[in-house]
Amino acid sequence: MSTVSISEKVDSFIRHLDVSDIPFQQSARERLNRLDFPSSRDEYWKYTRLNKISKQTFQIYNDPDRINLTQHIISNDYLVVVNGYIREDLSQYSKLDFEIDFFSADRMSKNEKFDHFVNNNDIFNTLNSAYFEKAISVMIGENKVNKGPLQIIFVTKGENIIANNRLFIDAGKSSQSEVILTFVSKDALNCFTNQVTEAYLGENSRLTVHKVQAESNSNFHVSTEQIHQQKNSYCKINTVTLSGLLVRNNINIQVAGQNCETHMNGAVIGKDTQHVDNHTFVDHQVSNCFSNENYKYVLDDRSTGVFNGRVVVQKDAQVINAYQNNGNILLSGQASINSKPELEIYADDVKCSHGSTTGQLDEEAIFYLQTRGISAENAKKMLVSAFVDEVVGAIENPHVLEYIKATSQDIHGWSI
Amino acid sequence: MSKTLLDIKDLHVEIEEEGKAILKGLNLEVKAGEVHAIMGPNGAGKSTLASVVAGKGGYEITKGSIDFDGKDLLELDPDERAKEGLFLAFQYPVEIPGVSNINFLRTALNEIKEYRGEEQISAKDFMALVREKSKIVKLDAKLASRAVNEGFSGGEKKRNEIFQMAMLAPKLAILDETDSGLDIDALRIVADGVNQLKNKDNAIVIITHYQRLLDYIIPDYVHVLADGKIVKTGDKSLALELEEKGYDWLNEEKVG
Repeated sequence: MSTVSISEKVDSFIRHLDVSDIPFQQSARERLNRLDFPSSRDEYWKYTRLNKISKQTFQIYNDPDRINLTQHIISNDYLVVVNGYIREDLSQYSKLDFEIDFFSADRMSKNEKFDHFVNNNDIFNTLNSAYFEKAISVMIGENKVNKGPLQIIFVTKGENIIANNRLFIDAGKSSQSEVILTFVSKDALNCFTNQVTEAYLGENSRLTVHKVQAESNSNFHVSTEQIHQQKNSYCKINTVTLSGLLVRNNINIQVAGQNCETHMNGAVIGKDTQHVDNHTFVDHQVSNCFSNENYKYVLDDRSTGVFNGRVVVQKDAQVINAYQNNGNILLSGQASINSKPELEIYADDVKCSHGSTTGQLDEEAIFYLQTRGISAENAKKMLVSAFVDEVVGAIENPHVLEYIKATSQDIHGWSI
Repeated sequence: MSKTLLDIKDLHVEIEEEGKAILKGLNLEVKAGEVHAIMGPNGAGKSTLASVVAGKGGYEITKGSIDFDGKDLLELDPDERAKEGLFLAFQYPVEIPGVSNINFLRTALNEIKEYRGEEQISAKDFMALVREKSKIVKLDAKLASRAVNEGFSGGEKKRNEIFQMAMLAPKLAILDETDSGLDIDALRIVADGVNQLKNKDNAIVIITHYQRLLDYIIPDYVHVLADGKIVKTGDKSLALELEEKGYDWLNEEKVG
């Protein structure tokens, strides 16, 4: 007889979480018995220590309060999710553009694309599968061209609350759409956003995702974007991280069809003791594709950053162009960054490049600006803005851009 | 009598950490309406003088004072010096990718106006000013809106310095080897620009190796800076003499 005993950490972590009797969630809960939180011995978690999260005990709480989110609403169609619970009373959207449903795990898991590409050995994905309340299912019909974006505002509220947000997007053939994911807090302390977003891009579809992270500075955030691209599809993900105590973003993109384009842009503005970790993974499974990523970090005080960009070009995936760039500015002597490109290339007709630079602001440039009458503080802001503008300025949606600038003003006291 | 804008007294400057003395008791007085040229051999301390007056870090002032229009300049940050009306045209203007020339100048102008308790300039008035001032140095309007000095030719960078000077209208401008690297046409354009900006209320200090810029901008005084101090002062004919004889005769004169 063999018994597998659940790790003490996991056991303690889920102490206050109740699992439903839905088979999908029961089986995820079962898997937790044999999973544990990764340690720094795990290659992909080497620079991100999780004890701040794993030591905690989180609650699930459906907060009934009405909350004012006016400053965060930047689209005509928006959904509000508070602590992982969908708040239709706070949402407003037309069903004409996006087919939106809120499905229990039972109903959602009947869709065979759902959870299909998600790594079930990842503890955070598994926690999400076991405990999410309802999944947001967004279907974009074939040939549907959506002019306006769909915004989803994920809110954490309360103390030691875990929000297991689950989002499933199915972009139909030849559809075009844009989704904005904003993460904010309202009177939140030590909350944990545990997000899983799945997107299936059908043939010839285009999907742009803007993700803006602006949660409280005591909040934890771990998210996985699991993307699957069919042929001729175009996927773009912009991730802007403005706050949060510990933020880990995993973007996993399977490029399964030819002639695909994949873009990832990221900007991180860190201060205090914040830690922001972006792990991207592009898996080029077939030929004739293009991927490009550009991540920029500006870290002040004792904040730390991690960038790990993994690109795999599978055997026989010929004529792949894959580019990667990571630039970092450290504004203080105590700030640090670990930057790691990982290119695994098994095909021969491939163009891949990566670049990583880390430095300080140019003192000569600061002095130059000062001699024109600009204070040192404003000169530094100007140089930082110019540095991240390559990423932020490339965001085509002016409302998103404006929101990022306004939110940065709120959080950092200046507009990036 | 016109008022004194810049008053440097017995200035001693060392390079921080190295402790190497560069300026060793320099005196210079510049009054409104005057043009001064400072010439001298390599390593005499000409650029150090410009940097120290503008407020660059890395230097230690061990003795002496710099007053600017009645204020103790050494108490002010570089941006405050600019706000008081000081301008430095760089020998090597810095390239700043991603920061547009126009935007940074507007920020600068408005910071200066705020410091002086004046109203902010409107976008419309600012653009009109840009058009007017860019003509002074024949700076292409396209260059004005590009990133600061990025991809500019040597001549364009120097013209951009004078364009910025025109925009900020300083009381005193120090031109640090503005003539270096310029061909004769560009030199003429830059000199014409400076002459247009010169008036009875402002002053210009030209730091140069060569006499040729002084054919176009006529100085009231020519100073020779050698080994950290002004060793000789004369009128424009001194520049011609230096051009002809070099600097060595000054040492002989001192000894003799």
